[in-house]
This record gives sequence, C-alpha cells and structure tokens, in this order.
Amino acid sequence: MSQTCLSCLPDRQGRINLESQMSNFKSSLMSRIQELFKKKSSRVLNIYCTAGFPQLNSTIRVMQALQKNGADIIELGIPYSDPLADGPVIQESGAIALHNGMSIKVLFEQLKGMRDLHGDYSAKVTVPVILMGYLNPVLQYGFEKFCSDAAAVGVDGLILPDLPIREFETEYGQTLRKYNLDFIFLVTPETSAERIRKIDSLSTGFIYAVSSSSTTGKDKDFPDVERYLQKLREMELKNPVLVGFGIKDKATFQSACKYADGAIIGSAYIKALKENPEEESTSKKFLEAILK
Amino acid sequence: MINRTIALAKYKGTFEQPDIFGYYGTFGGAYIPEMLHPNVEELKNNYLKIMYEEGFQKAFRDLLKDYVGRPSPLYYAARLSEKHGAKIFLKREDLNHTGAHKINNTIGQILLAQKLGKHRIIAETGAGQHGVATATVCALMNMQCVVYMGEKDIERQAPNVARMKMLGATVIPATSGSKTLKDATNEAIRDWINNPTDTHYIIGSVVGPHPYPDMVARFQSIISEEIRWQLKVHTGSEVPTHLVACVGGGSNAAGTFYHYLEDFTVQLVAVEAAGCGVQSGRSAATTQLGKPGVLHGSKSLVMQTEDGQVVEPHSISAGLDYPGIGPLHAHLFESGRGTFLSATDAEALESAFELTRLEGIIPALESAHALAGLNQLKLTAKDTVVVCLSGRGDKDMSTYMAAMEKT
Repeated sequence: MSQTCLSCLPDRQGRINLESQMSNFKSSLMSRIQELFKKKSSRVLNIYCTAGFPQLNSTIRVMQALQKNGADIIELGIPYSDPLADGPVIQESGAIALHNGMSIKVLFEQLKGMRDLHGDYSAKVTVPVILMGYLNPVLQYGFEKFCSDAAAVGVDGLILPDLPIREFETEYGQTLRKYNLDFIFLVTPETSAERIRKIDSLSTGFIYAVSSSSTTGKDKDFPDVERYLQKLREMELKNPVLVGFGIKDKATFQSACKYADGAIIGSAYIKALKENPEEESTSKKFLEAILK
Repeated sequence: MINRTIALAKYKGTFEQPDIFGYYGTFGGAYIPEMLHPNVEELKNNYLKIMYEEGFQKAFRDLLKDYVGRPSPLYYAARLSEKHGAKIFLKREDLNHTGAHKINNTIGQILLAQKLGKHRIIAETGAGQHGVATATVCALMNMQCVVYMGEKDIERQAPNVARMKMLGATVIPATSGSKTLKDATNEAIRDWINNPTDTHYIIGSVVGPHPYPDMVARFQSIISEEIRWQLKVHTGSEVPTHLVACVGGGSNAAGTFYHYLEDFTVQLVAVEAAGCGVQSGRSAATTQLGKPGVLHGSKSLVMQTEDGQVVEPHSISAGLDYPGIGPLHAHLFESGRGTFLSATDAEALESAFELTRLEGIIPALESAHALAGLNQLKLTAKDTVVVCLSGRGDKDMSTYMAAMEKT
C-alpha cells in the first residue's frame, strides 16, 4: 500500500501531527482483507447476508456456516428502513431483520467475541468481515463510535454506498484510517476513468464493481459486463476488484472471475436462506454449487 | 424586526443558493450511491447554464403564461383579513393549470430534460399533484412518463390517479415501508439507478441530492417574483410583513420565500403538519421531531428513531406526509431565519372550511395548514400577510365530505 505521508511533514504552525503519524503506522500493517488478497488473488468469494436475518440471532451462525463452506469474505448488511441501492430481495430481508429487532447496537453485541469464541476454535470467525450499511443509522450511532466499536469487535472494512467521495475526503476518511478500517467504494460502467483512478486512490481493501448500473438482484447482459471488467483490469488498479450485482450461480461467478479478482453474491444467497432458514445445510448446498 | 436583522447578519448570503457542494449551512450535499453519480453530475454541471439561456427562459416563461395561466392572481381576501385584523393576501397557485404550484417546476424540468436529451421521465408523488403535473407536461412534450405513488396514497387520492392515467402515465404503486411519499421516492430513485442514461427524474420538491433543492427552488421562485410586483400594485410596497406557506418537502414555501430570503425584515412562516398532534406519535412536523440525518440524497432534518430508522409520518394531507424537509428549510429553521409552526389535522380541516365559507375558495388540505398557521400569529392592523394558497381542494373532496358528515 502506498500512502503519501503528508502528516509526517510539519504543519503550517510547524508541529508534527503525532496522532496521524500513529495511524499511518497502524495502516502500514496489512489488514485482514489485504492479507487475504495477498494469499489468494483469484476467485475470491464474498457472500452478503443481512444481519438479523432470517432470525435475530442467526447472524453468527450464518457467518460460521459461510466460512466453513468456503466463503472468503463475509459482508453483513445493516438493515435500514430506506435502502436505496438494494433490490426487492435484500429490501425484504432488511425489513424482516428490523422487525426481528436488529440494530447497530444489537449487531455489535452479537459480533463481540466472534474473533475469539472460547474453546471452540472451529466456530471462531477468521475470515474478513465487512459491514455494509447506509449512512443515516451510522450517523445516529455516531460515526466515530461506530468505527471504534466496529474495529473493537474485529470488523475489517465498511461499505457505505451513500457516503460521497467529497465528504469521505473532508470529514470521514480520517476517522476510518484512525481505526484502521478498510473502506470499499463502488464503481459502475458509467464511472469515468479519471474518477475510477480517484476511487482507487481512496479505497483500501478492494473495489466493488457494480456489474451494471442497477440495484441488487437484477439479471444483466453478461457480454457488456465483460467489456467493462476488462477495462477495469487494463487500468491496473492498486486495489483488487470484486464484482457485485448480478452474480447468482457458478456460471456468473466464473465469468466474473475471468476478469476480476472475485465476486460478491447477495440476493441469491438470501433467497436460498429464505427457502431454507437452516444456515449450515443451506450454505453448504449454495456454496458447493458455486465452488465445486 | 431590527433584532432579527442583527441576529441573522452572519447568515447573509446563505439562503438564496447553496455553496458549490450543495450545502445551505450544514444541510444539503449529494449523498448518493455511485450508480447515480453520472446523472446527478450531468445535472449539476448543466442546470444553471441551461436554465438561464435566453431561449430556455423564453420557452419557460411562454408556457407559464399561456399554458399554466400565470401570473397567478394575488387576491386581497377581505373577509379573512377582517377576521384576523390584518391585511391578508392569497397567492392563488390553486388557479394554475392542474390545480397547484407543482406545474411551475415540472414545466421547467421537462424543458431541461429535453435539453439533456432524455426521453423517459420518472416522478414520485404524494397527494398526486406533482404526479399530475408531471404526467401533464409529459403529454405536452410527448415523453414516456412513469409515476411512483405510495399504495396508501393511491387509495386516498383516487381522482388524481385517474387523471395521471388519462394523461398517459404509468402509475406504479410503492408497496414498501409506510406505502406513502417517502417510499414512492425510494422507488423512483431505484428506477433511476436502473435506467441511468435515457431517464430524467423530476423530483417534485426542494429535496433530493444537490442540485435538486436549488433547481426546484429556482423554478418555483416565480411565485415570489410575482408577489413582489403584485403586492406593490396592491399596497405600494413590494414587501409584506409575513409570508406564510405550508411545508412538507417545502417547494411552495421555497417559491414563496425565495425573493425575500435575504430580506430579513420579512418574517417567513412555514407551517408543518402536526397530524394528530406533535407529541401524539402520529405527526409529520419534521423540524419539531426530526434530527439531522441523511434521507433521499441530502443531509437535512429527518424524523427517525434512536437507531436512525426513518419513521412513518402521519398527516391528513398526503402532500405533507413526509418525514424529511428540504435542506434550505432545515437551514431556515436552524439559523432562526424562518418561523416554524405546525397545524393539526383538525385545525387544517377547520381552516379549510373557514376559507370556503369566508371567501368561496376550497383549498387543498396542504394549503389549509398554511391558513391554520394564521391563527398562531399575533397579527395587527399594520401587518401585511401573503399566504401561499398552493393548491385547490378538488382532490380532497372525499376527506371534506367525511368531515361534513361527522359534524
């Protein structure tokens, strides 16, 4: 990771900012996500599930089942009343999770100790964990408190699709760096090359390539997607690229992996869990069909 | 009045337009997912340039005059004035084509959409007035029109649904969440995400990501532009003591206030919907109940739970049944530039009947909230008040008939 260490220079008053030097030191250590991509540079599979779905307390069980059956990254969705970037399947799972009583506070309670489940090593969550949510609940919780609590329970990164680049640069990015959390930005086929470069410079962990400009869960034309992913690959970005939106089975996963470092599956897994809420058997069947 | 001017001095210049990032004070911005970035960016880079081209202004002004029927009259309401002991004028937006102020904005935005080369239009609607105004301009310009409307609103605003359909629009029910305006807005935004190149989203209020709040305020500013010269004809002065308008998202209020925003001698009175009462748990009084948050692409005041989930508001008026408020209004509230009042469902109904009997004008339920606000102002004979009568009451007849049966 190459980060320009501007804060090591004295500021206008001639002081050296020790706190940001410390955080730069911390971020020079590799995060769990970066370590994963160092070990595994292709076919990385990130599975999304809404926290608190299908049951309030199934969150950890879902994570354990996903990890056991081959998911490389787990992305937990924080349910929200107004999920603008989500399609009907994830919307519905979010509404159920909210009805079940899920909140950021409850989620952190559930995740506490996930990296260190006493005596039961097999149950310990070791894969990278990302939280995906919308800005409003995070702001109400308190942005810094959210980052601090997320880091404390062992969360590795965040996706907040409605956090704009400008506000990230001026206001929120420094807090994320302070707690050593990766921040994953989205790109789309309509994103200009210049903007992709900018997003790449601000992202850590990976870049989430939306496979077409669509809310989650929609079927898309794959040739178009391939042209776009090829363009991304040719740009030789510093971050790995995972393809999201539209990946649902072995065929779509394999096509995505031809041009990207891996893919993200959300709606298809939620659908499977909805049909059979038993986490282990559903995850086993679902992941086997994709990975075998 | 002098105190107000002094206290507001530090905010001079922050009301009429946002900063380059779309902020009015601490409110505004463009909190959108990357999928919407190209559309919103295109709009941001072009809206001012297009809006102030001579040809555009001529087309816009001509349509407002010959098609909408502007200028809308500024009517001196003698009997209402007598009741309140002050000079009260009604800005008759209810007399516009399609029956409300909403058409000022849709005319502007459809011309803009044409310039941007779009041929499909989407919109959200609450009471159906914005949906009708959008369907109308789409028929006029031969553009495909899709309107999202909460399932609950479809039931309570049947005449407007019929009008939209007759005008050729497809009305799609929003079935998620509270099934009202907020959810219709979510669905419209999702549609825009899925149709990034050929579609323009005509937002109906001064909400949404920058540049929407500023753009809609500018299109609606025709209301106060007219008030200024009309009031001068009536009273010899362009400047009233009070301007009163109802606020849901806040587009008619933004238009009514616009050319007086920086004139701190004028008291700007915004009346929100208290529903069954501000503390009843069934209200839509956002400045009283909301906290800073992000909804529909901008930072503003939002009615929400402690966990940051947006709550389902309540108002008898579908057009005010919204848990947010435009960022300009949040700034008017926070800075103290605006006076924010609220009126309950019952108070609005009472004022609607009062206006009908005093002046022979049946107002929309939304506008009735503005009228109810008059009762809370300590008016004197020296005061000149302009109330924006934002819409007519035809669409609310079933509510009014039910109220008559009760009494």
